Amino acid sequence: MKNRGKQLIWQNYQKDIADDHFFYVRSCIRQNFFPGAETTFLRILKDVLNKDVYDDPSHTTCTGIGYHTDIVPLETTMTVVARQFALMTEKGYKNFIPSCVTSFGLYLEILETWHNYPEVLEKTRSNLMLATGRSFVLPENIVHASDVIYKFRSEIAKKAKYRLVNIHTGKPLKVVEHIGCHYAKMFPDKSVGGAEFPRVLSGIIEEWGGEVIDYPERRHCCGFGFRQYFIKANRGYTFSSVKKKFDSMSPYEPDLIVTNCPGCNVFLDKGQYVISEQEGIVYSRDGYGIPVLTFEELTGVVLGFDPWDIGLQVHQVSVEPLLDKIGVKYDIQKKYTDKNNRLLGKPVKPTLLKTL
Amino acid sequence: MGNLADRLKADLHYREGMRACINCGTCTAICPAAEHYDYDPRSIVELVQRGDEEELETLLKSDAIWYCGECMSCRTRCPRNNTPGLIIMALRALAQETGFFTESEKGRQQIYLKRTIGHDILKTGYCVYAEGLGTDTHPEQGPIWDWRQNNWKAIMERLGANYQKPGPGAMRQIPEEALNELHKIFEVTGAFERFEKIEQFSEKKAKQLGLQWDDSLNNEYIKQLYNGNSNENSNN
Repeated sequence: MKNRGKQLIWQNYQKDIADDHFFYVRSCIRQNFFPGAETTFLRILKDVLNKDVYDDPSHTTCTGIGYHTDIVPLETTMTVVARQFALMTEKGYKNFIPSCVTSFGLYLEILETWHNYPEVLEKTRSNLMLATGRSFVLPENIVHASDVIYKFRSEIAKKAKYRLVNIHTGKPLKVVEHIGCHYAKMFPDKSVGGAEFPRVLSGIIEEWGGEVIDYPERRHCCGFGFRQYFIKANRGYTFSSVKKKFDSMSPYEPDLIVTNCPGCNVFLDKGQYVISEQEGIVYSRDGYGIPVLTFEELTGVVLGFDPWDIGLQVHQVSVEPLLDKIGVKYDIQKKYTDKNNRLLGKPVKPTLLKTL
Repeated sequence: MGNLADRLKADLHYREGMRACINCGTCTAICPAAEHYDYDPRSIVELVQRGDEEELETLLKSDAIWYCGECMSCRTRCPRNNTPGLIIMALRALAQETGFFTESEKGRQQIYLKRTIGHDILKTGYCVYAEGLGTDTHPEQGPIWDWRQNNWKAIMERLGANYQKPGPGAMRQIPEEALNELHKIFEVTGAFERFEKIEQFSEKKAKQLGLQWDDSLNNEYIKQLYNGNSNENSNN
C-alpha cells in the first residue's frame, strides 16, 4: 500500500520528453563560461543518439538576467520569448529545449501567464507582429536540455566507456547533484521528480553507477541571486550561500558535484576558490577541492570524449583527481593549449587550493 | 498616477503572486536572503496585503525590497500558493516607475544593472558578454578566469564556439537583423521607458548627493553604489 501511494505521487511528477526533432536555444552564461558544454551536448545528441537538433543563428538572449535584475519589464521579456517561439515555428519545430535553467523557468512562467490570461497572450502576439512581423505557435513540448539526457540515460549507459565507479576501490563515486532553483521550484509538476527530490540528475548518476548524496542543504540556492552577484557590494549574499552548501555537504566527502544550471556551476566551482582564499578552507582531503561538472560535461566524460575537448580545463577546481578515480585517460600536456596544440600559458596557482 | 496599492494590484506579477497570505512565515524560513540580510518576506507580504499607502511608500523607498535573489524557493513552500518573489518583482517595478528606488542604497544599484546587462542585451544579443570582465571587478572568478580572459578567442575556438562569426554556435555574432528586432521589441513594449526612468531618477539623485555623474560606469555615483556597502544590511 505504502509503495503504491508513492508511485501515485511519483506519477504527478513524470513528464513527456520529446523523442527527437529539437529546437535548441543557448544559454548566455553557459556560452560565456562553458562553451564546450554546449558543443558537447549537440555532439551527444547528433553523433551519439542520432537526433535532429536545430541551432538557429538568429535566436538571442531570452532577457532572463535582465528580467530577474528587474530592468527589463515582463511585457518585453514575453515578446522576446515569443520571438524565440516564432523562430521555432518558422523552422518547422515543435519541441523546444533551452540550455539555461533560468530560461527554462521563464518559458514555463510565461506559458502559465498566457494560459491564465489569454488576453496577455493576444497582446504579446500583437506586440511581436508590430515589432518584427513574426507570428508563432506555442511549443508542443518544452523541456530542459538535462531532461533530454535523463530520457536517454540508459541508451547512453550502454554506449558509455566509463562508469561513475572508483576503479581503485570498486565503490560507486559519491555525487552531489545540484539542481538550479528555476528548474523545479516554481513549477514542480513540469520537472522530473518534483522540487524536493528531482530525478533529472540523480536518475542519470545512479544509471551510470554513482551514488547520490543526500545532505541537509541539498536544495539550498547556489546564491547567484542575479543582482546579488552582479553588484560587487552584494556578493556576500552569494558566497555565504555557497559556504553554507559546502559546510553541509563536505562531511559526506563527495567525489563530484553535477549541475544542470550554468550559473550554479560558476558559483559552486569559483566559490571554492573564494572560500579557500578568504576562510582558509578547502573542502576535500587531497586539497584540490570538489570538482564541479555540468551535466553535459559529465555525459561527455562517461562517453569517453577527450576532457579537454569538452572544456574541463576552464573550471577553477582541477578535474584530474576525478578523472583518475574514473580511470579516464588524458594528456596533461594538452590541457592548456589552443586548437593547434600550442600552449596558451598556464593559470596562476591559488594560495591554498591545489591545482594541476 | 493612482494610489500605490492600486498600481501594485494592476501588476501581473502581483496578480500571479498574491492570493491570501496567512502569515505563517514559511517563506521566511526557506528564504536564502533572510539568512543573509535583515529581511523578512512574511512581513513584506503582510504589509502589502494591508495596503496602507504610507507604509507602502516607506517600503518602496527601503532596501528591503532589493534583498531578494529571485530564486523563487518561496513559491514551492507557500501553503496558500502565494509567491513573495513575484510580489517583490512588482514592488521593484513600481519603485522604478515612481523613482523611489533611488531612496535606498540597494535600490540605487539599478543604474549599474541597466548600463551593463541592459546595454549588453541590445548591443550583443546576450544578457552577459563576459569578454573583458576581468578579475579587477570580479576577483571571485579566480586565476583560471585571468587565463580565460588572456586567451579568450583561442579558448573559445578550442572549445568549438563560433566566436564572433556569422552562423550558428556558441558566442556567434548575432545577426544585425535580430538585434534590430530586439531593439524594436524594447521600444514597443516599454523597456526603453523603464531605462529612461532609471537614468533620469539616478541622475537627479547623484546631483542631490553631490556626486559626479556622467554616461560611463566610472562616475562617482556608480562607483559608490557598485563598491560601497554601509554594512547596515547584512546579518553576517
